[in-house]
Formats: sequence, C-alpha cells, structure tokens
Amino acid sequence: MTIEAITLGGERMQLNMGPHHPATHGVLRIRVESDGEIVSSCIPDHGYLHRSIEKIGECIEWPMFVPYTDRVDYVCAMNANLAYCVAVEKLLNTDPATAVVVPRRAECIRVLVAELNRISSHLIAVGAMAMDVGAYTPFLHGIAQREHVNDIFEKLCGQRLTYNYVTVGGVAFDLHETASEEIASFLDQFEKEMVRFNKLITTNTIFRDRCANLAVVTAAEAIAWGLVGPNLRGSGVDWDLRRDEPYGLYGELGVRVPKGERYAGRKGAVGDCYDRYIVRLLEIQESVRLCREVLKLLPPAAAKANDPIGGHQADVSKVLKRPPKGFVHCRTEAPRGEMGYFLVSDGTKVPYRVRVRTGSFSAAGIFHKVMRGIFLADVVAVIGSFDVVVPEIDR
Amino acid sequence: MNGMTFDAIAARITQVCEEAMVVRSENGQPFVRVPAAALPRVAALLRRDPALLCDALMDLTGYDRLKYPGNEASPANDAIAVVYLLFSQQHHHRVMLEVQAPRALCAVPTVSGLWPAALYFEREVFDLLGVQFVGHPSLERILCPDDWVGHPLRKDYLYPAQYHGVPHLREGQHFDGAPRRQGDPEPAPTPAPTKKGHP
Repeated sequence: MTIEAITLGGERMQLNMGPHHPATHGVLRIRVESDGEIVSSCIPDHGYLHRSIEKIGECIEWPMFVPYTDRVDYVCAMNANLAYCVAVEKLLNTDPATAVVVPRRAECIRVLVAELNRISSHLIAVGAMAMDVGAYTPFLHGIAQREHVNDIFEKLCGQRLTYNYVTVGGVAFDLHETASEEIASFLDQFEKEMVRFNKLITTNTIFRDRCANLAVVTAAEAIAWGLVGPNLRGSGVDWDLRRDEPYGLYGELGVRVPKGERYAGRKGAVGDCYDRYIVRLLEIQESVRLCREVLKLLPPAAAKANDPIGGHQADVSKVLKRPPKGFVHCRTEAPRGEMGYFLVSDGTKVPYRVRVRTGSFSAAGIFHKVMRGIFLADVVAVIGSFDVVVPEIDR
Repeated sequence: MNGMTFDAIAARITQVCEEAMVVRSENGQPFVRVPAAALPRVAALLRRDPALLCDALMDLTGYDRLKYPGNEASPANDAIAVVYLLFSQQHHHRVMLEVQAPRALCAVPTVSGLWPAALYFEREVFDLLGVQFVGHPSLERILCPDDWVGHPLRKDYLYPAQYHGVPHLREGQHFDGAPRRQGDPEPAPTPAPTKKGHP
C-alpha cells in the first residue's frame, strides 16, 4: 500500500515540533504539516542555538578558537578539537618556515581520544534513536558506558564534556600513568556490554521492523545532498576520510569501513534508518579495535611526562602569531561525518575567516525530502537515525 | 581509481569558459576563479562531464575580501568571494571554484539545481554574507532571525545596539576596543569602569 493511496484528503494540520521537544536532540524546531497521520511537508527551522562561532573566530587568535570548537559539537568535542587543529596544522605546513611536526606519542593519543569519543558519541546516537522510538532502557545502558569514557577524559584533562584537549601541534597533557590499563579494561568491559545492548535492541524485531525501509536515501541522493559520515555510509557509499584521506596516524592503522547493506533483511532497503543505525554500531566495534591497536603502538612517555606533550608548544604559539597567508581546506572524519574547516589567513595572529562545515547541517538539509510521506510518529525516528546535534547545525 | 590532477581539471574548465582564471593562493593552494555569469556553465560541466563528475559539494561558503590584503594574482578589492569546494566521489579528485561578487550588487547564480546540498549552504551564505543566489527556490535566512538587520560575517558589519528592545550591553558595561555599534554616539572618552558586578 503506498502512502498516496491512503491519503484522506481532509484538512491539513500544522504541528510545531520543538524547539523544546525531548526527541529533537536540542533546540530544533520542525514545522510539520500532516494529513491525518501522514507528513505532507516538514520544514526545519534553525538558528535557536546560533552562537556566531564563525564570527567569534574572526575576533580571537588562532589557538584561542580551540575551546569554541568544543561548543561546535559537544557530543564529540575531542573530534571537533582535532578537526580544527589538523586544519590549522595543514595551514602552517603549507609554508616550510612555519611547519609543525606533531610528536608521535601525541598522534597516538589523538587517535585514542578521538576514537574513545567516537564510541561515546555513537552510543548517544544509537541510544537516543532507540529512545526516540520508545525503547528507553538501551539509552540508559549507552549513557552508563559513556560515563566510563567521560571518567577517562576527566582524569586526562579535567573535563567531562568540553575538553579543550587537542592543541595545535599536539595535545595539552600527557596520558596519566594508569591510563593505558584503564582504557584497556574499559574496552574489555565495554565489548561484553555491547553484546547485551545488541540483544536488548539491535536484534529486537519490533525495533528492526520500525526502522526498516524508513526514510530510504539512495547512494546517489546521499552524495548529492551532501550527507557525510555514517549517514553516507549507511546509504552504501564506501567512503571514510580516515581510510581514504588519512590524517595523523590513521594511515597506518588500516581503518575498516562498514557500509549499509540492507541489514534489516527482506523488509529493508539499503540506506534506511536501520542501516544508518547498524553502521554506527559497526563503527563502535571498529573504534574499539583502533583503540587497542593504538595502545600497542603508543611510544613510551618522554622523561618529563607532565610537560605539555612534545615540549615544542612555545614554537607553535610563535608560528601561530605569523601563519602563512592564504587559505586551506581540511576535512576530517568526526562521528557525525566530515567536519571541514575552510580557514583563510591574512598572515596575522587572528584568523581572517573560520568556516566550519558540519555533518548535521547537511543532514538537516535532507529532512524535508525524506520526511514527506512518512508517519508522524516516525519523524523522531528519522531525526534520530540521522544523528543530528543541533549546536552543530546552528554553530 | 585515481582522479584527474588539478591542472587537468582547470584545463577542461578553461576550454569551456575562457574567462576562467587559474589562481594560486599565497600559500600555493590552487583554485579556479570564475565570473558569476559563467558559473552555471562551469558548474554544469563539472557536475555532468563523465571524466570530471564532481558529484559531491564538500562545502559552499564565502568570505568578505574587504580587509584582505591583495597580491599580484588577486589584487585587493571589496568583493564577496563565494567558494565552491567540489569533490568527485566517483573519481576521488577535488577542485575549488571561487566567484567574486561585487559588494553592492551581490548576486551569484544558484547551483542548487545541480547539487541539492547547496540549498542549505546558499541560505547560510546569504544569511551571513548577504549574497543573493539567483534562482534559489527559498532564499531565506537560516541561522539569524528573519528580521535581523545586516549580514554578520561582512567585515563592515555594525553590531546592533539592541534587538527588540533588549540591549546587547548591560547598563554601565563596556568592552575595551569593542567595535562602534549602530546608533552609538561618536566615540566618547572611555568611561571609568564601574565596580558594580552583575546587576
């Protein structure tokens, strides 16, 4: 039965979802027009969380922008820090006079924290998606595991959410002495917990059938609409910047990339909500593996472990007073997909333009297309499956 | 599959559009500068030509060149630069286009017909930089409120003194070196800082 066939032809109803709706993941407002139970149009309204981060970037010095990147996406602040710092390093490296070398131990720690943060971010994503469709318990299991990651980060840098940890040229602090064992024991414990999580929700028939064949995005559509990260891979596009345009240590690690393969079986389709959900779960597994790999590669700490790692932070802050003139575009793989920085420098200590391109922004752009014709109750499931984080849309 | 080099892509673009200029930035980043009138032609070529096939729009953004120091390749001007970062998911090559729109009559043809992702990006560039994208189906503000005055990322943007009667500074509060705001009197001697904290 197609949706068109059961259109009732009565009056259309206007419904405002949000800005304060528990299932819209922040202050996102969606103007939904429905024909009975069927969504006939859906117009997202953005800007409730606009903090003019790009404008702030034009008023402060290069390294001072790092804490603001935390606020671009607070669910994966480590990855947001990393994206900016990698971009600034790329800018500095366009001129040999200002080139920056990140010490290998710092590169290892960066991958370690980025992957741990990816785990915790994806836990929120899959847990919140389950919660949106009515299964509350898996969300709590996800949050409980995320607490362990937050504990590790708190020991590492004193913050649980907005870390300001990755700096241009390295990371702010070295790992504490017991960090490796703590992370390793967390990963062991976490893998067992994920088995339970999957039994609880992933293989649950009700959940699977609800998400199967819902809001299908084909590969060509996903590319054209600018979807990135797990949303793009969920549509069956084999593309991951960590593998295909490696930065930092990722080139050596050989990242395995999952993609959507109609995991819901015969009822599903490649690129439906369930595929996007499963891709995130598979990425969690891959991140666990990467963390273990990096722990093996981690070189011993320098003699003075409490120093800013690498011991050349002074040089970096010096070259950041006079970066090369020109621009650079650099994209990295954050949990919500490509986080691209377009930086324009006029050769002074203050950026001329800081542009952040985030995955949630383009994911929100496709809402009005995929929402048309679905059931009203599925709107939240679709929002959950795209894993939009509103501060990332509004910046 | 390895994609085309930047030079090969640029050569294809200049075949179609003679006015296109291949430019390198001060730090050696190459891009193609296209006049606004030729953008639909060049964009369609990049999108549709089977050898180029730039099917992904990585980013569409812009910056105000008002205070940007010039060089030989791009002399200083007060245009708004709109930047298109294209990528081919098929061939894995990338190219950057730049269109300079004059400040006063800031209009650029839309590319949302070729890349639907541009629907949102162009709204954002319109909102923050005031570029009119001709042919965009719903060019409205996206981040700022609909009744916001001015385009905040322009370098000559004046901070509003208040929004709907809510002042942006508290009474007695001042910022050292804050830009002069709309409706402010001529810069007066700096008032003595008050000891009062939060009211």
